[in-house]
Amino acid sequence: MNISIRKPLTTFIVALSFVLFSGSSLAADSSEPIKIPIKNWSSQIVMAHVIGGMFESMGSNVEYVPVDNQASFEAVRTGDLTLVHEVWQSTMQNAYYSAMEKGGLIDAGTHAAETLEEMGVPNWVIDKGLCPGLPSWEALKDCHENFATPDSGGKGRWLEGPQSWHGDVMPNRIKGLGLDDKWVVKFAGAADALWAELKAAEKEGRGTIIFNWTPNFTDADGFTFIEFPPYYDGCRIADGGDLTSTGCGSPTGWLKKGVNYRFPRSHPRAYTAFTKLSFTTPQIGSMAALVDVEGMTHQDAATKWLADNEDVWKPWTVSILGDTN
Amino acid sequence: MDYLTKHPKTVQFIILLAVFFALCFAVSPSESNILWRLPPLLKQLPYIVNDSVRYLMFDWMPIQVYDALIDDYEEKPLFREMTRTVSSAFLLVINFIREIFLGGNKTIVAFTSWDFINENPWARWPALPWTVIVGWAILLGYKLHGKGLAVLAGVCTLYLAVFGQWKPSMETLSFVLIAAPVSVLLGLVLGIWAFKRKYAETLLNPLLNVAQTMPHYSYLVPVIVLFGVGDHAAAIATIVFATPPMVRLTLLGLQKVPADVVDAGMMSGCTAFQLMFRVLIPTARRDILIGVNQVVMQCLAMTVIASFIGAQGLGSNLMIALNSLRVGTGIEIGVCIVLIAVALDKMSLAWANKQTDYFADLSFFQRHKFALFAAIVFVVGVILAYIGALVFRDGFNYLYIVPHNKGVTTAPFWQATVDWIWDTFFYMLRTFNEFLITSVLVPMKNMYLAMPVAATFVLMMGIGYILAGIRQALIIGAFLLFIALSEYWDRALITAYIASFAVIVSAVFGITLGSICAQNATASKVILLICDFFQTFPSFIYLIPVIMLFGITDTSVIIATIVYATIPATRYTVEGLRSVPQVLHDAGSMLGVSRLQRWVSIEVPLAFPHIMLGINQTVIFALFMVIIGAFIGTTDLGQLILKAISDPQGTGIGLTLGLCVAFIGLAVDQIIRTWANERKKALGLD
Repeated sequence: MNISIRKPLTTFIVALSFVLFSGSSLAADSSEPIKIPIKNWSSQIVMAHVIGGMFESMGSNVEYVPVDNQASFEAVRTGDLTLVHEVWQSTMQNAYYSAMEKGGLIDAGTHAAETLEEMGVPNWVIDKGLCPGLPSWEALKDCHENFATPDSGGKGRWLEGPQSWHGDVMPNRIKGLGLDDKWVVKFAGAADALWAELKAAEKEGRGTIIFNWTPNFTDADGFTFIEFPPYYDGCRIADGGDLTSTGCGSPTGWLKKGVNYRFPRSHPRAYTAFTKLSFTTPQIGSMAALVDVEGMTHQDAATKWLADNEDVWKPWTVSILGDTN
Repeated sequence: MDYLTKHPKTVQFIILLAVFFALCFAVSPSESNILWRLPPLLKQLPYIVNDSVRYLMFDWMPIQVYDALIDDYEEKPLFREMTRTVSSAFLLVINFIREIFLGGNKTIVAFTSWDFINENPWARWPALPWTVIVGWAILLGYKLHGKGLAVLAGVCTLYLAVFGQWKPSMETLSFVLIAAPVSVLLGLVLGIWAFKRKYAETLLNPLLNVAQTMPHYSYLVPVIVLFGVGDHAAAIATIVFATPPMVRLTLLGLQKVPADVVDAGMMSGCTAFQLMFRVLIPTARRDILIGVNQVVMQCLAMTVIASFIGAQGLGSNLMIALNSLRVGTGIEIGVCIVLIAVALDKMSLAWANKQTDYFADLSFFQRHKFALFAAIVFVVGVILAYIGALVFRDGFNYLYIVPHNKGVTTAPFWQATVDWIWDTFFYMLRTFNEFLITSVLVPMKNMYLAMPVAATFVLMMGIGYILAGIRQALIIGAFLLFIALSEYWDRALITAYIASFAVIVSAVFGITLGSICAQNATASKVILLICDFFQTFPSFIYLIPVIMLFGITDTSVIIATIVYATIPATRYTVEGLRSVPQVLHDAGSMLGVSRLQRWVSIEVPLAFPHIMLGINQTVIFALFMVIIGAFIGTTDLGQLILKAISDPQGTGIGLTLGLCVAFIGLAVDQIIRTWANERKKALGLD
């Protein structure tokens, strides 16, 4: 390149075009709204509004779309939703990776929060001494009668989430632990069935062991996760394990984000901020608590959280190119 | 012996049962035995369906489309571009109506651009104050049907406003106001077409059957891919769901028009158009109006499912409330849905029933007084809203839009009611539940599963042959064969076990209830209103208390199914009995029959075909609810349908499973429909 600028006019035009283009076409985000899914649990909805509020502070338009959790990944893939911001490893990775493999959904980083999703019991089950020795899994060998239901055929009932969450991991785990003559897995249909079961069991004072996770609104009443043999790569059948190794517990899970493939091009600044965005477990817990404990609406909770935590999210929105627009 | 020769069908049934049980005992249960279970020859079908649907949605006829969002050309399949065009047309209208109620800027965006909105923040349509809409609803009610409807409309809209559900209610309303009229129109057009052309009827019939019996969850993913996520997709899914009853009832109504009426029309020199719209449709009005009622009911019954694919409003709030077990809030929202349904239903019926008075000689004021009043309400409402803006300076302007969740709430009351029921009946029901599960349900389930495939075929086809004829028997066989050759036969048996148990209870319950209420005009009206309530009250709400009472067991699924499936059994019984002509009652009385004799020998036989159609609907409603029961936790077809959504091959698996459910319903439908029609002919009702 051998361009020598001789005339002031040319200098001016070149400079002007730089200003114009760097401002409008390189870094500017489209004004089309960013579509954020609203699913059916508190932390997700508050976080949706927190992220939306963050985008709005950057000058983007935002739209919230209610959608079924399992169906949302297909919608992100085809571009009807722009992003998903709370992908739980153990319950949603199937849907997430299947949308990614079909093409259209891209990984947008992982939250700092580590999630725990595991079988457990509400604290009062331990207090009542329904299964002495918990939270160690070995205790399950001797207390299954306290967890039996009319349709479990005398075995203890092990209430797992919907089968779409982890397929046959739990039945295999029971076999792997040698508990299959004492316990039987029942799949609940949806999360709210799990919570209804918690409440009914407490009423009746019978033992219950359910699949649950943290942070969750059940934390407030006290919930203890069972300690299983540690997870290692390859212990599950899907990862090459066999029934001798499937006794392993759940890994600490990641919490991921994903976006539609067009998002980086249409909203580069918002995309950059979204990839930097990372919440910790206490932060997510505090978002959910504003709604579940303090009874605020999701929008109010998000507004309050954004106002109280500017030092957390503001840095993510800062443009490295400088605020040219 | 004499009895047997007189009743050949009884003999046939006895022989059938003998063969059935003989097969049950003779066939040894081993996987290799073809009489025990058929080999899953159609195992590959879901994958073939999946690939072909995917091909149609993603690969067929790709065209270059400019994508403004990323400023580039992209290859997109033609079919999806077409469906997406339909989507955006719907979205435009829905947003327009929504913004009349709630204000917003999307309609302006549609004609300009988001950039324009960003540069001109003033470009926003203001909402109508809720006072104006309540006032208009009352006026409209009064204009259409006098004071009663005015009060009803006022109470319904006030409830929405006072209890802080205004915004979600208007969101729901705006998409129902599109879905319902489109369904009615579409149903009317298709019904007329089927009436005029025999081939159209033959073509539409199986499509309608499948559309009515296929669980929504099985086509959720294809709908998302083709129509996107949002109110437009929800509206389209709702239309698919709500149109079939309208088509059927239009066709039924038109076919029932007596030939004399048509002749009279011809003699007066009607053109084909006049004959249709001035003679046939007005004569068939009664059935068509039931169709309108069903469309409104179905549209609102869909609000919750619609929120799975992006419908804003009550449905999505409901799911959020239920997921944190706030049943009280759930019931409050459910009541809103019912109120909207009732108000819309009564208004649409009043509007359709309103006769034009051609001879009225009205002054300008008389003709336009309603427009005038509406204008006054508008001005007053707007002034109130401005006053409100001054009064509620810091917080919310309660005279403009009552903010969501900031109104008075009845949730604690509902919660307390649910808790009371729970406290009072919990232990009693637990004992009942244990008995039911251990002594009835588990044995019944095991019996169903112990049925060899050959015995099932013999039983179902045999019943079909005896009641409906050889042709029907073969059709039933074909439906069953499809399921038997898929991998899902055992699961279909579990679905059948839950559904058949629920259908029997619902039928007994519904027919009894309907018969009692049909004895009295007021009781009939009340029970039909209760039917409307339970048909639109979202089933997801009572799933939660039912789970709390009966646990995550088959009992819960069955109870929820019975609540829902009793509706058509009751409704059709009442309608059937009430439509027995007064003349026949009188004739009976003159012959000196007692009340009971009249009921047994005159009313029930005459209403029987109609009641059987009710049972037919009961089967369809039951299957529908058993699949929803997957949200409680079942091990039947529904569980796999739910699971299919996150599966990479899910589209194909979901659709195949949906067909299995539809075919169970259609097999039963074949028997009952043909049989009811024959009975009708025998009774001279046709």
